[in-house]
Amino acid sequence: MTTTDTVRPTGAAPAPAALTAAELAAVRADFPLLGRTVRGGRPLVYLDSAATSQKPNVVLEAEVDFYEQRNAAVHRGAHQLAEEATEAFEDARAAVAAFVGADEDEIVWAPGATAALNLVAYALGNATAGRGGAAAERFRLAPGDEIVVTEAEHHANLVPWQELCARTGAVLRWFGVDGDGRIDLTDAGAVITDRTRVVAFGHVSNVTGAVAPVAELVAAARRVGALTVLDACQSVPHLPVDLHALGVDFAAFSAHKMLGPTGVGALYGRRELLEAMPPVTTGGSMVEVVTMAETTYAPPPQRFEAGTQMVAQAVGMGVAARWLDELGMDRVARHEHELAAELVRIAEIPGVRLIGPADTHDRLAVVSFVVDGVHAHDVGQVLDDRGIAVRVGHHCAQPLHRSFGVAATARASASVYTTVDEIVAFREALSGVRAFFGVE
Amino acid sequence: MSALEQMYQQVILDHAKHPHGRGLAGSADPAAGHLAGESHQVNPTCGDEITLRVDVSDGADGRTVSGVSWEGQGCSISQASASVMTELVTGRGLDEVAHLDAVFHDLMASRGKGLGDDDVEDALGDAAAFTGVSQYPARIKCALLGWAALKDSLARSGALAA
Ligand SMILES: Cc1ncc(COP(=O)(O)O)c(C=O)c1O
Repeated sequence: MTTTDTVRPTGAAPAPAALTAAELAAVRADFPLLGRTVRGGRPLVYLDSAATSQKPNVVLEAEVDFYEQRNAAVHRGAHQLAEEATEAFEDARAAVAAFVGADEDEIVWAPGATAALNLVAYALGNATAGRGGAAAERFRLAPGDEIVVTEAEHHANLVPWQELCARTGAVLRWFGVDGDGRIDLTDAGAVITDRTRVVAFGHVSNVTGAVAPVAELVAAARRVGALTVLDACQSVPHLPVDLHALGVDFAAFSAHKMLGPTGVGALYGRRELLEAMPPVTTGGSMVEVVTMAETTYAPPPQRFEAGTQMVAQAVGMGVAARWLDELGMDRVARHEHELAAELVRIAEIPGVRLIGPADTHDRLAVVSFVVDGVHAHDVGQVLDDRGIAVRVGHHCAQPLHRSFGVAATARASASVYTTVDEIVAFREALSGVRAFFGVE
Repeated sequence: MSALEQMYQQVILDHAKHPHGRGLAGSADPAAGHLAGESHQVNPTCGDEITLRVDVSDGADGRTVSGVSWEGQGCSISQASASVMTELVTGRGLDEVAHLDAVFHDLMASRGKGLGDDDVEDALGDAAAFTGVSQYPARIKCALLGWAALKDSLARSGALAA
């Protein structure tokens, strides 16, 4: 298998160049944290980027620079600092929008993907309660309407929909997964029906790394007039993502998984939908006219940005997007595709079982696994002793774990700064785990 | 010994492999002169679970833990700790059990230093081997899962009431 064919749409431009060793070294040198040691002087092998990524200097400096030079309240104040702060804030929005193929006014700042997904769910709930007037009619749910998710979802893209169903009388339905953890579309026509109003799914599973069949799901949703909500947390940091081209109605992603700061993320919404959608959090900065009796609301995106925003973090997110753009997401994807091929080779280790696809077709560089006879926590501890950071547990995806018949897995995940050598070191350490616990 | 070997002492690995008290025994309906309680505890971060049943004999000379049994899934630390605890508390009076529970919690808060008191640690028996676990803040919860289930099931049995 070549290393690039599966991450690019067929018929796309020539394959992107791999990162050279010098380029990768330069990338790594940009991440101060990667230089530290852990557990008594061992070099850190950070394989937990799916949980949160490390940050390059430019992102760290952007936040400091904002506080040192431009800190002021945005969208108000008549002074120069306010002007500069607002410009930096809106410039970051433009950078994030361009990064994911959206228009500026289609990007709403949110504290993260979880908050962004909840924003959509609560806006639909508010519409159902009659808010938003005639324009919001299209968001209203009635008892018996259906919301469709998948068994592979992160809890962030499951629980808000369960709650919305409980509040509105809508019914939750879901796609199951196959033995590889891929969304099983076999009975798609029976799951997405005329009653379906929302189809919410993850672009890439944070457990299996499997890429969802976005085109099929969007087409099926459109046929019945349902809204699509894409959890793009695990795709945006690793693949070129063009939300307009994907044709989804909403998408959510977090800065901290794409080399940016914590505390900020984005909700993408198609312009006409955001315009029609009632607000969720209300208060300052999201209004037009306020009287003692009632209030009219600002147009999007401000309508959804009540209160003082996380300005310095948003600026950092914009810088992270530009940093990735400069490197080229097609090259990032190619590099990580090579890492994925190295990661799935853990299946060759006796007693190690992959949870998820064993091939590298439509899958990213995140692998979850179990070691026969050794609990995931214990696996993680032995790896940690070698300086290798992996995640253990259910990774906020209990239903998916249940479908595999396991309570917990260990997970190794890569990012643009991960090297093949690190994954080789991980495989070596993993090979010794069963012996350590005497279960060979 | 490395920190890792201090945590995974042989006694702990042995208990994890051959746990005592594993397999729910008895019933929630106690025999005459006995009290019984059951508790289900989970560690939400890793999905570890334990269901534990305790049987308390309610004699003239006080209440005694007469049986502990449990079922669960989890890491070697949580399984071994439940096993060690089962051995340690069976046959003990409730005051003693409360004391052991407090001492074990102190040990887990000791950040790898132990309690600095041989007599106290001797009283813990195999449970003293968990000193190494207390160096790893993320694993302390694992070691305490069984103890939390014991405390809760004792409370539910009514044995802690006067
Ligand atoms: C697929 C997926 N969705 C949603 C989230 C939630 O993101 P956050 O915790 O940044 O809100 C995560 C991160 O854990 C994720 O991996």
